[in-house]
Amino acid sequence: MENSVLTYSLIVGAFVGLASGYLGSLMVLRRMALVGDALSHVALPGLALGLLWNFPPFFGAFGALLIAIVLIWLIENRTKLSTETLVGIFFTLSLSIGLLITPEPELLEALFGDIAKTTPLETFLAVVFSLIAIITVSKIYNRLVLGTISNDLASSIGIRTKKIDFIFLLIVALIVALGIKIVGSLLMGALVIIPAAAAKNLSRNLSTYSGFSALFGLLSAAGGVYLASHLGFSPGPIVVLTSSAVFFISLIFKRA
Amino acid sequence: MSEDKKILEVKDLSVSFDDFNVFHDVNFEVGRGEVVAIVGPNGSGKSVLFRALLRLLNYQGTIHWAKHTKIGYVPQKLFVDNQFPVSVGDFFSFKTKSKEVVIEALNSVGFAGDFNQLKKHLLHKKLGALSGGQLQRILIAWSILNKPDILLFDEPTSGIDVGGEETIYNLLHKLQTHSNLSIILISHDLNIVYKYADKVLCLNKEMVCYGAPHEVLDPQSLSQLYGGETKFYQHQHGE
Repeated sequence: MENSVLTYSLIVGAFVGLASGYLGSLMVLRRMALVGDALSHVALPGLALGLLWNFPPFFGAFGALLIAIVLIWLIENRTKLSTETLVGIFFTLSLSIGLLITPEPELLEALFGDIAKTTPLETFLAVVFSLIAIITVSKIYNRLVLGTISNDLASSIGIRTKKIDFIFLLIVALIVALGIKIVGSLLMGALVIIPAAAAKNLSRNLSTYSGFSALFGLLSAAGGVYLASHLGFSPGPIVVLTSSAVFFISLIFKRA
Repeated sequence: MSEDKKILEVKDLSVSFDDFNVFHDVNFEVGRGEVVAIVGPNGSGKSVLFRALLRLLNYQGTIHWAKHTKIGYVPQKLFVDNQFPVSVGDFFSFKTKSKEVVIEALNSVGFAGDFNQLKKHLLHKKLGALSGGQLQRILIAWSILNKPDILLFDEPTSGIDVGGEETIYNLLHKLQTHSNLSIILISHDLNIVYKYADKVLCLNKEMVCYGAPHEVLDPQSLSQLYGGETKFYQHQHGE
């Protein structure tokens, strides 16, 4: 990897890792860790369209995620099917469509990510969107946690839980679309789940938990990208291995 | 009851989910400083009634709160386990940033001490690591942070020993007399109802009885409420 490209991909890794870790802390608390995983598969057809028609795959992925989230939200509010069932259906359906329409040479890149071709524009977009995600989520973080602890209690003090849940889902879509660039759609779940799981082992309160989770996200994404470029491996799996290492170390220090 | 003494008036309240009727035609009112108990078997719609009073779901009929009424709500449980990384201090910070307000509320529910002592022994603890009785008192302290006029108290069905429950009701009683707080409580224990409630509302899909506990909790309404022969009731009138 050339030096300038390595710098770009390190910047993307650091910012997207930070944002994924921070958002992931909420997703783990809300027991939607696997929703993030499944959503990343939903992004695949959009990603494929971007590759086919030559527009940035990020926009394709984000578009596909938006459609899926709005559909899930609508169906959930109109039928009695659970989110889990719905996500399960959308997930396999779109993974199949994605596998069919993704051009074969690009299939590996779509599934496992490729940060080695990062352009300055993509770097800029990743930094800006990551910051937007972090700032937006920090403003609704406490309300989301209270809604997780007790939805009724949150509503009773005037928190509009449905609205902030939806905003949160939109931000999740944004971060998943960004993260796919680094680790690909098969491994995106790891980027949001593992840092938070490690942070949970070490935390007794919310600020330590969210802080550690963001930090671990940053360290494992940037560290993984750096290691991968030196070892000559694809970055996606190395990022996941790095964050898994952080998780296993956190187990040693786990507090009762 | 005169209008200015009334804090809540409920008329012909019905709630149904799709085709399923949870309860229908419930009527009652709550005066300032009054304690109203709601009793009924599991699934009789007690917690749903609370959710309707908080306007968390759709209902038919009218729920009229007096102007500027502040409502405190104490839910039955929280969805936290002992791994959940939210401390007692975090929980209070969701509602107020003022240390003084938190200390005052904690002191009034029986956690003694100044800020440093409470921080060390209580505020640092994980919410999910508290005992059932401690959590109850924390929830009550949380609900009275903004000095509500009325408390909706959903009693937990289990997890608190009898001694613990006694303390909670003594505590509620103290709060109620001290600050003229009205309380609506969902209770599973008729002893508590006889001891603390001014009025009782029996709910089982419909309003089975309503009035002073010693007057309306007769064998007939209890068997209508809980089915079959209910051994538990107190005979006191005219005998």
